[in-house]
Amino acid sequence: MEKDDEGIRLTPAQKKARRSRNVAIGIGLALLVVIFYVATIAKFGPAILSRPL
Amino acid sequence: MALATTDREIDAGVHLSEATPGDYFTLLKPRVMALVVFTAVVGLVAAPVALNPFIALIAILSIAVGAGASGALNMWYDADIDAVMSRTATRPVPSGRVLPGEALAFGLVLSALSVMTLGVLVNWLAASLLAFTIFFYAVVYTMWLKRWTPQNIVIGGAAGAFPPMIGWAAATGTVSLESVILFAIIFLWTPPHFWALALFKATDYGRAGVPMMPNVAGPASTRRQIFAYSAIIAPVGVLPAFLGYASLGYGICAALLGAGFVWYAFKVLRMSDEDREMKPAKALFAYSILYLFAIFAAYLVDTIVVRAMAG
Repeated sequence: MEKDDEGIRLTPAQKKARRSRNVAIGIGLALLVVIFYVATIAKFGPAILSRPL
Repeated sequence: MALATTDREIDAGVHLSEATPGDYFTLLKPRVMALVVFTAVVGLVAAPVALNPFIALIAILSIAVGAGASGALNMWYDADIDAVMSRTATRPVPSGRVLPGEALAFGLVLSALSVMTLGVLVNWLAASLLAFTIFFYAVVYTMWLKRWTPQNIVIGGAAGAFPPMIGWAAATGTVSLESVILFAIIFLWTPPHFWALALFKATDYGRAGVPMMPNVAGPASTRRQIFAYSAIIAPVGVLPAFLGYASLGYGICAALLGAGFVWYAFKVLRMSDEDREMKPAKALFAYSILYLFAIFAAYLVDTIVVRAMAG
């Protein structure tokens, strides 16, 4: 890390670690969305199709 | 690995993490999580109510993440102890890869997410039990019992014993005697398992100031208590067959596994105070892990076979 007038600059290792953490968080959140979406359908069952439009 | 913080970072008053997702995964104590998942699956499958497979998967995932979250909270609080013990010194917090505050935030977020997910998508009894388990492990065991009494792992063992009960509650929405027996098997298994470890890691625990039984009551008393618990767990393991919840096949299997447990504990009982290598204690520690997997696997297989034969 270097500190200059533009602020703090990350080292390549820090950048790589941050990127991999961001990817992991992204995957985790996407998984949560999928879980709640599919679980909603699973809990409703066939009733999900018979709703007033 | 040394602390990732550099002099320049200290000058700037910031810390920029080099922690990888793997470090965060380690905070979840994956090996403990594997045992939690397995015993929870047994509780869920053995329950007499068939759950939608996807909802069952969510239940197991939530229990696993909740267990992992309590592991992260444990690693946050115990970083000072972990740093001086050879077995735990390389964990992410004492080695500096993850900051204590990061581990705390990670544990709290995952605790809330796992409990809420289990409650909203499965049922609130299972979610309440999961929340209590996390609280019991992180607060009652880690913050209170562990540094205070040699009975730490006896009482704290309850935290590790809850998963099959949570699995059962996830499927049925209730807690019944069958799930209490599964709880009892793990609860009674915990003292001989951890005291076997504490016997050959007594120096480590002593250096960290953790009052494990061998450090407080001495090795001889610990060996006697290990044998006493082993003599209790052997018949308790057979109880499901005795009470009609499992077949005779399971009963024979559990009896043999229990006899093995008592045999290994007997060898520990006969171990001399001068024994520095402590092979019997190491053998009992290894066998105890095999025992727990095997007895729960036997219960799982028995349930599936009996159900298939019934129609």
